[in-house]
Amino acid sequence: MKLPLTINELKELVQQEPDFLLEYVERTYDIISDIEPRVRAFITLKARERVLKNAEAIMNKIKNKTAGLLAGCLIAVKDNIATKELRTTCASKMLQDFIPPYNATVIERLLREDAIIIGKTNMDEFAMGSTTENSAFFPTKNPWDISRVPGGSSGGSAAATAALEATASIGSDTGGSIRAPAAYTATVGLKPSYGLVSRYGLIAYANSLEQIGPICRSVSDIAIILDVISGFDPRDSTCVRKCPQYGSYTGCVEKQPEGKIRVAIIKEMVSEGVEAPVKTVFNSVLSKLESNDFYVEEVSVPELKYALPTYYIIATAEASSNLARYDGLRYGYHVPVEGKSWYDVFSEVRSIAFGEEVRRRILVGSFVLSAGYYDEYYLKASKVRRIIRDKLLKVLDIFDVIASPTMPILPPKFGERIADPLKLYAMDVNTVPANLSGLPAISLPAGFIGSLPAGLQLIGYMFSECKLLAISKFIEDLLGIAPAIPEVVRSYV
Amino acid sequence: MSEGIKIKIGLEIHVQITSLRTKLFCPCSSDYRGKPPNSNVCPVCLGLPGALPVVNKEAVREALKVALALNSRISNMLVFTRKHYFYPDLPKNYQISQYDGVGSLPIAKGGYIKIEDDSLSKVVRIRRINIEEDPGRITYPTGSMVTSPYTLIDYNRSGIALLEIVTEPDLESPREARIFIDKLTSILEHLGVTNPELEGAVRVDANISIEGGERVEIKNIGSPKEVEKALQYEIARQTAIVKSGGKVARETRHWDKNRGVTISSRAKELEEDYRYFPDPDLPPIPITNELIDEVRRSLPELPNERIKRFMSEYKLSRYLAHVIVIRSKVLADAFESAVRKCGNADTIASILVNELLRWVDECHFTIEEGLARLTAERLCKLVQYLKERKLSSKLVKEYVRRVVIEDIDPDELITKGYVSIMDFGYLSNIVDEVFRENPKAVEDAKKNPKAINYLVGQVMKKTKGKADPQITYELIVRRLRENAS
Repeated sequence: MKLPLTINELKELVQQEPDFLLEYVERTYDIISDIEPRVRAFITLKARERVLKNAEAIMNKIKNKTAGLLAGCLIAVKDNIATKELRTTCASKMLQDFIPPYNATVIERLLREDAIIIGKTNMDEFAMGSTTENSAFFPTKNPWDISRVPGGSSGGSAAATAALEATASIGSDTGGSIRAPAAYTATVGLKPSYGLVSRYGLIAYANSLEQIGPICRSVSDIAIILDVISGFDPRDSTCVRKCPQYGSYTGCVEKQPEGKIRVAIIKEMVSEGVEAPVKTVFNSVLSKLESNDFYVEEVSVPELKYALPTYYIIATAEASSNLARYDGLRYGYHVPVEGKSWYDVFSEVRSIAFGEEVRRRILVGSFVLSAGYYDEYYLKASKVRRIIRDKLLKVLDIFDVIASPTMPILPPKFGERIADPLKLYAMDVNTVPANLSGLPAISLPAGFIGSLPAGLQLIGYMFSECKLLAISKFIEDLLGIAPAIPEVVRSYV
Repeated sequence: MSEGIKIKIGLEIHVQITSLRTKLFCPCSSDYRGKPPNSNVCPVCLGLPGALPVVNKEAVREALKVALALNSRISNMLVFTRKHYFYPDLPKNYQISQYDGVGSLPIAKGGYIKIEDDSLSKVVRIRRINIEEDPGRITYPTGSMVTSPYTLIDYNRSGIALLEIVTEPDLESPREARIFIDKLTSILEHLGVTNPELEGAVRVDANISIEGGERVEIKNIGSPKEVEKALQYEIARQTAIVKSGGKVARETRHWDKNRGVTISSRAKELEEDYRYFPDPDLPPIPITNELIDEVRRSLPELPNERIKRFMSEYKLSRYLAHVIVIRSKVLADAFESAVRKCGNADTIASILVNELLRWVDECHFTIEEGLARLTAERLCKLVQYLKERKLSSKLVKEYVRRVVIEDIDPDELITKGYVSIMDFGYLSNIVDEVFRENPKAVEDAKKNPKAINYLVGQVMKKTKGKADPQITYELIVRRLRENAS
């Protein structure tokens, strides 16, 4: 039988023939055995036998017609989302042996719908990075070009999805960490509106910016997973209680969007920093849209030039606070304590077990929160953040979506960007505005330059996921790229 | 002790909201006492990666009650702020608290408490009220950080809801500080917010400075009772420094109650940088006027009103009413239930204040323990026997002592013959004896009727307090008259 490439295909096949689920698991593990040594998407992978056992139980549910929405889907989960009794490391030496005693809310919801967690994926340490090179363990390779980064920080999740090592994956997005690797692996990645998906169990990097979201091979798959993981959670005070569009996102992608779709291009997101080939792909998408009755107009939001510094002040400030708890006392990296004071033990643990980028962000964050600098940095950044949000909302009062290249550059080679933090941070220029403003944003495969994928980002109004997904599906069909399968695994399809 | 030197004392009082069922930000039980170490915990109060706090709405109501009772201005937003410092009892290495600064806000600011005593009546201003989480508890196996080979940490207390009530430096003596704390505790107890009898439910830090010196913070004063002692010690210490020409340095000291001294814990030349910023996991919640009004309507009778009512309804003296109400709500409740049973408010009040409290304090019982023995029923029996003159007021004192200490019923003492001696013949003989042995006192008594009491006392001594005082008095007066004629 044909290897299913989307959740809907898998569902159809197992409905017809429940026993196919076992075959699907076997074939996925065959791909993993072949490809994983080269791609290295997983930090922790569940044993084939264990997953087969899970699949068998779900198979019976399918036969009894009691199976959930994601019956038998093999979901790869970013390693900063707590999974009960399954090691959760944040790709850090600090948590290399940490086994959470509880499940994140999204994990509970996935399991409730009979998804199978296949493993935990690689990432930049504590989600700090845009290339997955900052993992304390090993870098993940881009399945489209093994010499290049898969983007980050959810690079493992995106690579696993692109290389058919999982049905779909879950990532987290603080400044672009879902959309960047989605763009670089020709997958679809959604950062939901802030408050749509519970953060309970997401190991915090910057609480006010981040959301958990899906990385899939199609927009329809995104809608199914969003249906499962979104919704109010009493354990997360930032999770919104009411939203008219909750519920059937699956339904949103089944019909064409109504009327003329108005697309805003923000000048500041397509200017100097954007590499020529990326611009070429973006422009060809735009002309395709225009010839299909989209209304496209360029606008200017000059305040966006402050988005990156604003983002890095807020993100590092929150990170310095969130990461204070890692002191090696209750869990995590441990050093012999005999004869030492607390402070010496804390300093030793934090010096050894945090990587360089994490230490850099903690120091910057501690600085911007310290007395005398708080007003100048954190407070000012909070004000700029509100201004940027207001400006983007104003644009979205008139337009249905804002479109931009997801990433300003093609996937860099290893070591190319990571050596210079400022160059590394500049990769996030188009993704951070959605985090600063809480808006939903999606990255779709836009095209290729040679074998290298480029992404199209669409940003929508607060909680307009239904419309955003409908437009995305429409564009996805128009471009005809998804599901995009990299050369290395094409023989399995 | 320190006459003439101007003293300024400000207090930071941490009060556990013991009325809550759960902790401030998680569903763990608020009743952590006596449980095995680290058994009353969850991912949230252990600060495990990924866990998120959700505020306990009841805690906010309790805080609003206190704010209203202390006449404070309530903020229109509930904002929580992270206060960062590394300490092993703090699982996240920051405390979720509140702060009065840019972007942050305490739940209430301002307010006052009026304190009174025979020689004192003043208004003590409140600076602010914070809601915050309690840290865990550190235990040193030898009792001292210096000599212990290791440290034990119990997080059962971690995340318990606390109110931090901060005063302006309006207090001018250790005694005023104690009176203030007693009054505050009584208000909190009447509000039903806290049970001050629970160990660690009320904890005080004190800031004290004497004229010309820097502010010294005394931390960790376990109970309100220790505050007066710690402050007295500190004033003596600082005064001695000033008198010998030295200067009191700004620092934090710890109260060591076993040795009765304060110990320097760290120099505080620099203000510690807690890197306060609003907690992004807890978005601000509006505090509506409707909520405030609802809480206001639910406020119970507060100590000041109750004292006034005791004076008008039961005709108690200001002193008795004040002591009964301020000492403990439980005591005031016991008083009212006994009076409902058998009247005689004044007698019951003085038995409780003069006798019960004396033995409770001397034996280190809690008031509840004392009242469990001196029940309303037993109190009423004593009142009845006193009226019937089966017991003298002096014997009643003895009865209360034995009831409280031995948990014995008054009737049992009566059966044992422990009653007033009213036998004229027997008492006459004793009076004769006393007259023979004290000729000088007899002569005095003839001239000065006040000296008669001495003779009465001698009869009491010989009868171990059992002589009926009125009969004894009459016998002595009669005898004196006979002598004179």
